[in-house]
Amino acid sequence: MTGLFAAAPSAVSFDTPANIAFAVIAVVMVIAAVRVVTTRNVVHAALWLMIVLGGNGLLYLLLQAEFVAMTQFLVYLGAIVVLFLFGIMLTRAPLGRSDDLDNDQRWMGVAVSLILLVVIGYSLIKTYSDDKLTFGAVRNAGTNAQTQDLATSIFVDYLVPFEVVSVLLLAALIGAIVLARRD
Amino acid sequence: MLLNQFLLLAAVLFSVGVYGVIVRRNGVLVLMSIELILNAVNINLIAFSTFWGMGGQVFALFVIAVAAAEVGVGLAIVLLIYRNKRSIDIDALDELKG
Repeated sequence: MTGLFAAAPSAVSFDTPANIAFAVIAVVMVIAAVRVVTTRNVVHAALWLMIVLGGNGLLYLLLQAEFVAMTQFLVYLGAIVVLFLFGIMLTRAPLGRSDDLDNDQRWMGVAVSLILLVVIGYSLIKTYSDDKLTFGAVRNAGTNAQTQDLATSIFVDYLVPFEVVSVLLLAALIGAIVLARRD
Repeated sequence: MLLNQFLLLAAVLFSVGVYGVIVRRNGVLVLMSIELILNAVNINLIAFSTFWGMGGQVFALFVIAVAAAEVGVGLAIVLLIYRNKRSIDIDALDELKG
């Protein structure tokens, strides 16, 4: 499927290296994502998930969303994967290979996800077949205008949702402590 | 770069995540598949933010924050299930089936 992407018509000079980088990242991410849901080793699944999350951050860099990319690396690779490894450890999951990680709905799962992929892909190809990405920050290269715009956007336009998210994080923190505490 | 290459990659990752949610029995692995789905959505948001301004990046940050909260509470719930049933097999939680 990525060969189809690389053949973008009328590519300008910025496009070719970015397309090659995209193709490499996309192939690695898809392989790693498939391994996350098919591997027979729980710890390996967490490590493959790390590759997918890192590829996500690289894609954000490719799309010139530097701040979100750094947040992705810090929060996902730094915190969430460690949280998953703690979860694996605390639930005493089998650390080696184990054959009972999947249930017997495999073909149903394949069918559902393939139907979903075909429907989403068809509608995307119908709708966005020749939309090109327009990058704003390239014009003033060497500045952090993109991050400044992001900060303005968060603290002016989306201030109330931002505060709500911080209260949500506090509530989740207290809830996790209450749930996991041994009485 | 085309917009569609990011959207199609996100669609593939989303479908893989849905497969994982359906097929996996281990609770921690189901949470990992949910993370795959959330990250696919984030790719969409960032790709559209190059189109329609900063809102997409702001909401991608919100999704990351909510995903962190969700993993914390979800792992606490999985831990409670483990304590009560000595296993985290999601398919064994069928008391409501009658």
